[in-house]
Amino acid sequence: MTIALVSGRALPLRGNELDTDRIMPARFLKAVTFEGLEQHVFEDDRKTNPSHPFSNPAYRGAAILVANENFGCGSSREHAPQGLQRWGIKAIVGESFSEIFRGNSSVLGVPCFTADKASIEQLQTLIEQKPDTVVTADVATGTITAGDLTIQGTLPAGVRDAFLTDKWNPTSMLLADFDRVRATAAKLPYVAGF
Amino acid sequence: MPTLFHKVWNAHAVRTLPSGQTQLFVGLHLIHEVTSPQAFDMLHQHGWTVAFPERTFATVDHIVPTSSQRRPFLDVMAEEMTSALERNCARHGIRLFAPGDDLSGEQGIVHVIGPEMGLTQPGMTIACGDSHTSTHGALGAIAFGIGTSQVRDVLASQSLAMDPLKVRRIDINGSLRPGVYAKDVILTIIRRLGVNGGVGYAYEYGGSTVDDMSIDERMTICNMSIEGGARVGYVNPDDSTFAFLKGRKYAPTGEAWDRAVAWWRSLASDHDAIYDDRVVIDAATIEPTVTWGINPSQSVGVSEPIATRDDEALAYMGFADGQKVAGTKIDVAFIGSCTNGRLSDLEEVAKFVKGRQVAPHVKALVVPGSQDVRRRAEAKGLDRIFAAAGFEWRGAGCSMCLAMNPDRLEGNQICASSSNRNFKGRQGSPTGRTLLMSPVMVAAAAIAGEVADVRELLEPAHA
Repeated sequence: MTIALVSGRALPLRGNELDTDRIMPARFLKAVTFEGLEQHVFEDDRKTNPSHPFSNPAYRGAAILVANENFGCGSSREHAPQGLQRWGIKAIVGESFSEIFRGNSSVLGVPCFTADKASIEQLQTLIEQKPDTVVTADVATGTITAGDLTIQGTLPAGVRDAFLTDKWNPTSMLLADFDRVRATAAKLPYVAGF
Repeated sequence: MPTLFHKVWNAHAVRTLPSGQTQLFVGLHLIHEVTSPQAFDMLHQHGWTVAFPERTFATVDHIVPTSSQRRPFLDVMAEEMTSALERNCARHGIRLFAPGDDLSGEQGIVHVIGPEMGLTQPGMTIACGDSHTSTHGALGAIAFGIGTSQVRDVLASQSLAMDPLKVRRIDINGSLRPGVYAKDVILTIIRRLGVNGGVGYAYEYGGSTVDDMSIDERMTICNMSIEGGARVGYVNPDDSTFAFLKGRKYAPTGEAWDRAVAWWRSLASDHDAIYDDRVVIDAATIEPTVTWGINPSQSVGVSEPIATRDDEALAYMGFADGQKVAGTKIDVAFIGSCTNGRLSDLEEVAKFVKGRQVAPHVKALVVPGSQDVRRRAEAKGLDRIFAAAGFEWRGAGCSMCLAMNPDRLEGNQICASSSNRNFKGRQGSPTGRTLLMSPVMVAAAAIAGEVADVRELLEPAHA
């Protein structure tokens, strides 16, 4: 499946350094599947803050998450983007992301666009004022439109092209030329025990 | 001219993928019970098999109880996750360092046992479904955390689709002052460069301070690279690295050892290597450091007042702007984790606590990083020193670093912790509070009952 356009209502989530322990507390990692994780997204934050955006009925069904700096920092747990995706999130726009989180999301088919602070602020404010606004993120151009507002987002080129050409789930690509994997291994001194 | 990062990257590059990313061969794949079961399920659904089972090693660390490893575990889910790993390893012929109550075992925190057994070697690419995989960079490997879908990719193809990183050289020069440890160095680096300063970078640590460090100390530094945003952190391999590896279970022997050392030496960054960025830190300016906030860059020297406008962090932690962390009453003291759960950490703590007593109101735990660390500590009598001082001596595992086992904070308890993350709720209670510091500083806090400046408590011989 190529991913060229993500469109839907959005959810503004303010705050920097929202780490993956916050997105998915460790106790919900006690499982052998990812099933049901959508119920626990930001669970502890939502308990202490009843008006948390993920508890706000106005944002129910949102497809695009709008975050601030260093979103998804900390643990490499894929349970965090799995939970967000299962909740309904199909793309994230933020000021910056932790690399592991961004990579994990990409492999799930959830593009993470970066945009500058002022643009994010405008987008979050707009959604807070008009939660019904449909936001559209264009993977090829990075353009994110919401009503009259257009902001410029960015995806790393490799990831962008992977979405556009249906190469974002890389396993079959990694297996496509397996002789070259073997050849690379054969040249590494340690693989054969020096 | 190239750095170690570039040499290792180029040696492991399989090809450029149609997306433009690099297909990178993974030399060593480490797996554990939390992030692998879904990866095996995905593998099985597609009918794929494990490409290089002899290059994958498994252990159980996150959920393992530290009171007893007797099976079945009392926690039904912990038992199910461990059984799933056992089944998957048996089915695919993967070596599993399994938990068990007999101390002949080789189980432990994945980032402690890799180097301990000599599985981790210079020049390897190492991947594991755990962000603290950067630890292995202390031996001159390029090691990084991955998610579960990528664990699936490595199982299926022994490779990953990756984008290259830039390299930032961080020089630390000079002697550390008494009471200042590797933990304080990395907390200071994170404080100065920020929690996202390293995004897009591999951190190469060097300079005379790092040159003089043991491999254990270098591991503490590389371990927390990810807390500074850097997915990869490493130190160039040198004679200390080779001395550390020699004789370990999976290290080469005989003539192969000599060939290995020659190759490892050739991988170190060239003297005229070009870096994307450079930072220099004077070791003499580093103080015993403690975090006061809810991310690892929110730290101060123990004698320094907090200066911040982050009201959310202050409110959560119960601190006020301008307050000092020293004097904060603690409830729990935790010594252990992949950051500071190795034998040298425990030896340093034992030296300090000998003849002292944990304050009556403090629950204090010492959790060795591996069964081997535990065994060697007991052979040196450290367990008796800890017990006499009022510390609980436990079995090997991740324990209270992330509280996926029964070791956790209750309510809004404050924990002086030698671990790596002070995120909200990290230690198992949604309102629990974590103060990160060096293991000796944790011990000092346990004994004083409150955060203390270890320099005021060191014997004159140490000071």
